[in-house]
Amino acid sequence: MISETRTVACAQALDTLSRLKAEGYNLLVDLTALDYSVYGKRPASMGWEQNFPSGAPAPRPERFELVYRLASLDPVTGLEAKPRVEVRVSCGEGSSLLSVMSLWPNADWLEREVWDMFGIKFADRPGIKRLLLYEEFVGHPLRKDYPVNKRQPLIGPKSGELAGSPSFNIARQEIPFE
Amino acid sequence: MPPMSLMEQLPEGGLVATRLDDALGWARKYSIFQYPFVTACCGMEYMSAAASHYDMDRFGAGFPRFSPRQADLLMVVGTISHKIAPVLRRIYDQMAAPKWVVAFGVCTCTGGFYDDYSTVQGIDTILPVDVYIPGCPPRPEAVLHGLSLLQEKIQKQGRRGR
Repeated sequence: MISETRTVACAQALDTLSRLKAEGYNLLVDLTALDYSVYGKRPASMGWEQNFPSGAPAPRPERFELVYRLASLDPVTGLEAKPRVEVRVSCGEGSSLLSVMSLWPNADWLEREVWDMFGIKFADRPGIKRLLLYEEFVGHPLRKDYPVNKRQPLIGPKSGELAGSPSFNIARQEIPFE
Repeated sequence: MPPMSLMEQLPEGGLVATRLDDALGWARKYSIFQYPFVTACCGMEYMSAAASHYDMDRFGAGFPRFSPRQADLLMVVGTISHKIAPVLRRIYDQMAAPKWVVAFGVCTCTGGFYDDYSTVQGIDTILPVDVYIPGCPPRPEAVLHGLSLLQEKIQKQGRRGR
């Protein structure tokens, strides 16, 4: 589906995307992100490098990469008028990335999801809110440095380890059940 | 109350003696009003078990109530995330005793394969559970088996029903 992938620096991202919008890319299909913080940095002894026959990938200079996928829909026929385009924007922790809500209104929720999961800030959206997780949640779970076993329940066991089945055991004691 | 057919066979002015616990358990186990708390794909299997083909109504559990005040059985069907866990607990607290809880599907039993930041690792960490029906999703036969086990439990609980 994607016919062309463009890699853009953070500062030129809004320019490139505005130009694509003007060229007729009127639909933002998806906006997501990748965390490259450990990419290409693991020791080669771990055995993963066999998946890369042409050699181990090099580490990325910037931590994150945002992925904008664009389509061009004909408003009359509803068919796609042009091949789709993917724009990849490299950005670091402190980059001044700008929102594209002015170009595609649905970027609102997609940017909130990117903030929620990766903690990537948009310079012109200072008060951005989480989309999927609850406000009490601390951290951003799809970052590579979020501990895979960390649990933050709102109610129930706070430590996050698995509780037993207290009700089941009580029921066994009280009532002979088979 | 004993079954009506038994009453009819008795001579004029006859009595049937039974234990109060047995009579209460008998009445409760065949009049389960269920509250389906459906959050995920197990809901399809719940619909299959409840609708005419497998017909949960045969076991006296044919009346879903969408108010927790009118329900006896909380059917938790589908993955429970940490975000919705307080809502589920509130629904449980709003139900009038006696009340029972069925964990429907492996996600409600243990979290299933969602061992991650967002999913409750078994609803028994937030509320008491009477019957666990594992499966991803459980077959309607397994659901009906779970329901009949719950009925057995209700019969044995008698007045002590939760």
